[in-house]
Amino acid sequence: MQLSRDQMLNAYRRMKTIRMFEDRLHDEIQKGEIAGFTHLYAGQEAVAVGICDQLAPRDFIISTHRGHGHCIAKGCDVTGMMKEIWGSSEGLCKGKGGSMHIADVDQGMLGANGIVGAGAPIAVGAAISAALDGPGENGLAVSIAFSGDGACNQGTTFEAMNLAVVLKVPAIFVFENNHYSEHTGVDYAVGTSGDIASRAEAFGMKVWRGNGCDFFAVTEVMREVLEHVRGGHGPAAVEFDTERYYGHFEGDPQRYRGKGELDRIRAERDCLAAFRESVRGAKLLEGADLDGIDAEVSTLIDAAVAESRAAPRPTADDVTTDVYIAY
Amino acid sequence: MAVMQLREAISLTLHQEMERDPSVILLGEDVVGGMGTPGGPEAIGGIWKTSEGLYGKFGAHRGIDTPISESAIIGAAAGAALAGKRPVAELMFADFVGVCLDQIWNQIAKFRYMFGGKTRCPVTIRIAYGAGRNAGPQHSQAVYGMMTAIPGLKVVIPSSPLEARGLLTSAIRDDDPVLFFEPKALYATREDVPRSQLLDPFRPPRQGRPGHRLPLGPRRQVVPGAAQAADLLAQEGIGCDVLDLRTTSPIDEEAILDSVELTGRLVVVDENGPRCGLAADIAALVGEKAFAALRAPVRMVTPPHTPVPFAVELERAWLPSVERVADTVRATMAWREGTPR
Repeated sequence: MQLSRDQMLNAYRRMKTIRMFEDRLHDEIQKGEIAGFTHLYAGQEAVAVGICDQLAPRDFIISTHRGHGHCIAKGCDVTGMMKEIWGSSEGLCKGKGGSMHIADVDQGMLGANGIVGAGAPIAVGAAISAALDGPGENGLAVSIAFSGDGACNQGTTFEAMNLAVVLKVPAIFVFENNHYSEHTGVDYAVGTSGDIASRAEAFGMKVWRGNGCDFFAVTEVMREVLEHVRGGHGPAAVEFDTERYYGHFEGDPQRYRGKGELDRIRAERDCLAAFRESVRGAKLLEGADLDGIDAEVSTLIDAAVAESRAAPRPTADDVTTDVYIAY
Repeated sequence: MAVMQLREAISLTLHQEMERDPSVILLGEDVVGGMGTPGGPEAIGGIWKTSEGLYGKFGAHRGIDTPISESAIIGAAAGAALAGKRPVAELMFADFVGVCLDQIWNQIAKFRYMFGGKTRCPVTIRIAYGAGRNAGPQHSQAVYGMMTAIPGLKVVIPSSPLEARGLLTSAIRDDDPVLFFEPKALYATREDVPRSQLLDPFRPPRQGRPGHRLPLGPRRQVVPGAAQAADLLAQEGIGCDVLDLRTTSPIDEEAILDSVELTGRLVVVDENGPRCGLAADIAALVGEKAFAALRAPVRMVTPPHTPVPFAVELERAWLPSVERVADTVRATMAWREGTPR
């Protein structure tokens, strides 16, 4: 699949934005300014961006507790997200949701979600809506449920996959296998020897597999998946093998990791480094192009943090608003 | 106007709302029925006969028969609503709320709040509830008391065909999520109901004073039972102001407090249990806000703190009865300070 120069620059910008957003949060959280639980997406950027770059605003995604990357990739405002994580009343959710509930339905982002496995049924609902609307110029709108190797074991995910197959709706189940559901290994918790795609296939869907640390591999696989699903051939599932650079949550001592594992995955499975290597090797982009983006993104994140730190705080009066539209 | 059963009033309303608004869809187990069978689609039309003909008229994209997967049904309703549709999901029995509670409680109820007020989730979940059909401990519960405790949901409980018609119309058109509890023991009760569209506001409650009758139904169903107890007591010279709340979230506090101001006494009758339930909630409301008006302690007539039993005699003893309601009202009237309870 040939991407234009702009498409590649945008993809790199989004992946870099996610990486810097998460790296910066990792640092800021240690300073004690950010309340609550935060789950970082660094390491998995190629999956979110490789998928969402091929979506339109009318396509829906639903995310997980590890949702920052999907939000940025689907077009949520980065400063609004940072303010939300800071708990400001100017945050994307006015400080009422926090890291695990960032959403922007207008962008087709149906929310990060604090309940592991809750997203897949909701994604099927958006796919039911897309099927009812019928195909547009580029086929059906699609609805994508991002799940991890943890959520793949929830009954809700099984129910959702079966329902999508029965109703033949344009849902895509993306399983980001980062090898750890919280603090437990995938070989232990996924009974099919860690093979998620085979299990999805048994529900009656076409499935794909891909390297989730390679943007171009994700892009290529998703091009096929989207063609299949937009064409009205029913749901599909994709398993991406990827890496989680940080712990399950910030503060997780990660005693379950192997010796040298974190250094190894950062050295050998870094989607940003792989991207640089690919585009420079194929003479598609210059190193200077990417360095320019690095500087741009760094400025963006610095500004987002500074603005979040200075942003207004919610007040006690805000507790009781936004429960109902009318009551 | 036409005399129709409660289930017919629901079916008519679904047909009319789906005709009126192409974004309204219905999904649930056997709402079409017969899919994948020799009998073919619409062999059933809903086990309560509340969705007959919808599949034929509106097609498989809007009359959606689902596998037995309550979490997926309610989750899918949530997702379709976020995507701009106005889904009506059917839970065959209120007891199954336990299977899909996460989607109701952690998802649908919270989207608007946790997304900072920028989201609408106009889902209606139709839920057949209640005892009276000897369906046993897992197919008889009322559940709406528990659901009333959840912020973000509206809870609507019709007790007659007329109420079902007007309130379901309002529920489907409401932009907030609504749990619509259908009394399955009353599906066959009849009442004059308009065929033309009827939009009934969630408040105020319907009043059944002597001379203004609430429709008759099985004597052990809460609203008809209370109305019949009131009739009985009227013959003894005790006038009761019977409030059929119809919605418990929002609840019409003012109507309750006005009534207590008028009568000075309150007997709360409910099919939910006595602990942490709706009756206790209303008793607490009145204790807090109308204490000075009370001339006797508030009394609750509820089932005991047990599951719903199966056997005919056991279930009959479990449900509040007309006699228990009447006796409790009499005791409340006879109460004097210092008398033993």
